[in-house]
Amino acid sequence: MTVLIERVRNALGPELAGPFAAFVAVMIVFGFAAPNFLSRATFESVAFQLPELGLLTLAMLLPILTGGLNLAITFTANMAGLTLAWVLQSQGGVDAGIGAFVLGSLLAIAVGALSGLIMGLVIAYTKAHPILVSLSMMIFLRGLGEFLTRGGDVSGIPGFLAPIGYGSIFGIPVPLLIFIACVLIWHVLLTRMKLGFNTYMIGSNIEATRYSGINTRKVQVLVYTLSGAMCAVAGIIMLARFNSVRVGHGESYLLITVLACFLGGVNPFGGFGRVIPVFVALVVLQLLSSGLNLMGANQHLATAVWGILMITVMILRWLAGRLKFLNTNRG
Amino acid sequence: MRRFVRSHATELALLAVIAVICVFLSFATDRFFTLGNAFDLLNTGSVNIIFAVGLLVVLIAGGIDISFAVAASVVQYLTATVLGWIGGGNWIVGFIIAGALGVALGCINAFLIHGFRIISIVATISTFNIFFGLLMFFTGGVSIYNLPDWLTTRVVLFEREMADGTWAEITLPVLIMAICVFATWALITRTTTGRQLYAFGDNPEGARRFGINIGAMQFIAFGWLGLMAGIAGLVQAHYAQEVVPNALYGRELDVLAAVVLGGARLGGGKGSVLGCILGVLLVSITQNGLNLMGVSPFAFKMIVGAIILAAITLSNTSIERLLPFLKSRRVHS
Repeated sequence: MTVLIERVRNALGPELAGPFAAFVAVMIVFGFAAPNFLSRATFESVAFQLPELGLLTLAMLLPILTGGLNLAITFTANMAGLTLAWVLQSQGGVDAGIGAFVLGSLLAIAVGALSGLIMGLVIAYTKAHPILVSLSMMIFLRGLGEFLTRGGDVSGIPGFLAPIGYGSIFGIPVPLLIFIACVLIWHVLLTRMKLGFNTYMIGSNIEATRYSGINTRKVQVLVYTLSGAMCAVAGIIMLARFNSVRVGHGESYLLITVLACFLGGVNPFGGFGRVIPVFVALVVLQLLSSGLNLMGANQHLATAVWGILMITVMILRWLAGRLKFLNTNRG
Repeated sequence: MRRFVRSHATELALLAVIAVICVFLSFATDRFFTLGNAFDLLNTGSVNIIFAVGLLVVLIAGGIDISFAVAASVVQYLTATVLGWIGGGNWIVGFIIAGALGVALGCINAFLIHGFRIISIVATISTFNIFFGLLMFFTGGVSIYNLPDWLTTRVVLFEREMADGTWAEITLPVLIMAICVFATWALITRTTTGRQLYAFGDNPEGARRFGINIGAMQFIAFGWLGLMAGIAGLVQAHYAQEVVPNALYGRELDVLAAVVLGGARLGGGKGSVLGCILGVLLVSITQNGLNLMGVSPFAFKMIVGAIILAAITLSNTSIERLLPFLKSRRVHS
């Protein structure tokens, strides 16, 4: 029995303990506090809201693993969404066909990847701090988007896009399926592929990685490019869900994606962290938000509680570290 | 001279860029090179400069703070409410309340960072969400317009009528900004605490072994930023003549970009008040110039973002190549 537990724990990794404990705590607290919390409706709303924040968090995860940060994620997603919307509009707006959608999505992903590519090149070749590079890219993209749309909405999206935002297959929402697919891609990328291994190596010690013969610049450029491409996927989903694009949409998610990563046990300095715990952390955040919503609180209170949860987890982690320290001293 | 160039490379580069932009704008527009416009720049830039010098202290101490702008919003709202309760007050009472609230919020950050060893970016992103979420929740997003008279009355310290009939004015925010800038400069360059902050930011473990109280350093740095944020919040309320809960939301990243542009290093131990002010000025002069040239305001951010991106790229590559002794020094150390 203990062997089995040990094996499961090894398979899941130590990072999962925190998010999973938070998950159980949230389920118990809201199960008692809000009578209709443990219902189908709650999980359905979580399933529809999760992908938007989740895809952006995946885009944030890779740069954090290398010890960087990508503050341009939300506006990269906006720009990608705009690209798709324009392609659809130029092909007849509401009457645009599937071909236009495919072309538009590819262009959107290309735009997202391009923004990531530029950041990656600047970060890798000038060794400028990723916070600053992605910050200026964020300011630039926000300005570009506002300039091109004059601060307004771009709408006129064909009806067949709605299922991507609202449809479900076998009772599972389509955006959730897309998100889970992306989670799996990231998981495979980080655990099975050379790029993933190198990403962790760079996050741990970039100089040592470079001396061991790995082309760290190439890895950094690829990481930011992939991050940008993932933002584009988020942008496409957001377009389908809101039936329009507006620059600044999802801006409030920016810092929450960072929280979700840290809540999922990712090391702020890079090098350590896995996708699955981050996924669980995201579910916890959305459940919290839904539970508070059921109890009559608004989104702003949920934001505050997300922050409090983060601080609590950090304090618990500190306490756990101290206890371990005491134990080893005694032993 | 060579030593001065070496130690002030960022500041000199920024000065050169600002000079080029100013000369260009003087010829391109007829309104840029006037006293009135220069004073306008100072009046509108005051709040950002107060934020910037506060953030500079935290960056020097090796931390980062995302929460100061929403902390300033919280301070604004609470100060306006408290002033309503006590029925008026005056500038001195206002500054005491706003400053104290600001320091308290800054100390919350310092307590989390030092007490529980939470990394500053994680702690301050968390408090950012807590401050902003609670502010919006309790206020319901409602603005305060009936501020005390002394707070909303414009105080003109210096005015002169220009040839074309417009008035060039320096208002109270500029004086407050000057005091904050001088106080920060004195703190970080003329006191032992300032030298300890640099040492702590450069090498926390070394500073600890040297006998510097690292807890005190955290509280001084974040408390100072809190003080500046509180003052900036009150000045912003005076300038805008209203308190809007989400007016300062998003300002933190703009200020951060300007401060780091001014040569402060993310990671600590480096940065100067002069560079920090030049960084803010570069951004605001560019915006002001674009405005005067009749460029659509929607394009401002795009151009400012592109300039910062270009500046980072250039400052990280060519300065080291242009001044090889910088590079050789880094290799030897």
